[in-house]
Amino acid sequence: MGSYIKGLFHGLGTLLKGMKVTFKEFFTRKITEQYPENRATLKMYDRFCGELTMPHDENGNNKCIACGLCQMACPNGTIRITSEMVTDPETGKQKKRLVKYEYDLGSCMFCHLCVNACPHDAIRFSTDFEHAVFTRSKLVKTLNKQQS
Amino acid sequence: MFDFGIVTNWIHTQLTSVMSEPLAIFLECVVIGVCLLLLYVVIAIIMIYMERKVCAAFQCRLGPTRVGPWGTVQVICDVFKMLTKEIITIRHSDKFLYNLAPYIVIIASVTAFACIPISRGMEILDFNVGVLFFMAASSIGIVGILLAGWSSNNKFSLIGAMRSGAQMISYELSVGLSILTIVVLTDTMQFSEIVMRQADGWFIFKGHIPAVIAFVIYLIAGNAEVNRGPFDLPEAESELTAGYHTEYSGMHFGLFYVAEFVNLFIISSIAATIFLGGWMPLHIPGLDGFNAVMDVIPGFIWFFAKAFFIVWLLMWIKWTFPRLRIDQILTLEWKYLVPIGLVNLLLMVIVVVFKLHF
Repeated sequence: MGSYIKGLFHGLGTLLKGMKVTFKEFFTRKITEQYPENRATLKMYDRFCGELTMPHDENGNNKCIACGLCQMACPNGTIRITSEMVTDPETGKQKKRLVKYEYDLGSCMFCHLCVNACPHDAIRFSTDFEHAVFTRSKLVKTLNKQQS
Repeated sequence: MFDFGIVTNWIHTQLTSVMSEPLAIFLECVVIGVCLLLLYVVIAIIMIYMERKVCAAFQCRLGPTRVGPWGTVQVICDVFKMLTKEIITIRHSDKFLYNLAPYIVIIASVTAFACIPISRGMEILDFNVGVLFFMAASSIGIVGILLAGWSSNNKFSLIGAMRSGAQMISYELSVGLSILTIVVLTDTMQFSEIVMRQADGWFIFKGHIPAVIAFVIYLIAGNAEVNRGPFDLPEAESELTAGYHTEYSGMHFGLFYVAEFVNLFIISSIAATIFLGGWMPLHIPGLDGFNAVMDVIPGFIWFFAKAFFIVWLLMWIKWTFPRLRIDQILTLEWKYLVPIGLVNLLLMVIVVVFKLHF
């Protein structure tokens, strides 16, 4: 009999505790994002992987050394690097130089392996997620700015 | 307090002045029936919308927002979608019973719905054993559920119907006991009279401890009676297909669905009527100015505010607790609610006999 009454009140207590949790939840701000309307104020999370980008500084230079590690790290063959050998005019040494960094968004699976492989932090993922285009060929993007 | 009876009496005298009395009564019955069904549908739509919004809020979501302002047209669209869907007849099912079952459920629900006093003078079915009639009418729904399971030629439907029936019949007892507790306090079974007796304080205050216990038991048992909340195992959405209405499609399914939601409203409004005073405004004896201000608010607003508050309470319970197993449900009923309800009834008798109530 004692355990019956004790169990009853214990049960009531735990039920009320659960109801307190949901009551708080009822009044907390809702996390739903109303996407097309909130485009202007939409805040993405930093770690969200939108698409691969290659940041350039104000002179239009990137950090890529055309080592090809990202291309090798990519499991889908998404990245294609075209490079050329140039001679440094000061030291006279042969050096690889990036000509074209092609990235196919259509076959990217946003695994981050290329960013992890890069020794110079030349590439990173942006949080831009609006990728829809009308033809597949538009998904193949050249990431480096063409230097003339 | 505006008496709606004046309007109905005026209509009656106007009608009898141009036609014979039986014809007038017949016409009134038809009009009231149509109004009742319309109100039934409107309340079902409001309930479904409210369910979706409240459920979303408890899960930190927004719920429907796209169709119409704040998603209000969403449910109406869903109703029209349901109306246009095909009603599939199951091979080797018992055609007659299969088609009859949803209507039995809906008839029970509408009859129980007609018992609710909405405002002063706005009672459709109101006679001296109203509580008894309400209990009887709402129990007919179980027959419909059992028929639905039996006639759809599907063993899972049948098992679902059996579980549903066992649960509803069990919890009927607790609902009855807690209503009986209030009947002991009021010494009347007429809903309009029950409401009138609460003019100087609602029963949950007048009956204090036993009334509060009865209220809690009523809410739990009522929730189980309409197969909702943590007691929705006969039709557990995420685990079973749908229980007794697995084989139903189109509007036949829609009738079960609507009946379930309106049953929830009926349970809530009966709770509001017998514990929270129905359409009776909040009166505190001694504060005449306050009472006069409360009387300005029309009765039906009080009624719907209370009823939807209880609906909200039941939804809060539904979206908080995990689902019970069948043995846990029956344990809760037979080992906890019924004994506590009986002791509570005795307590109420003692309170009434020794005049300990307010």
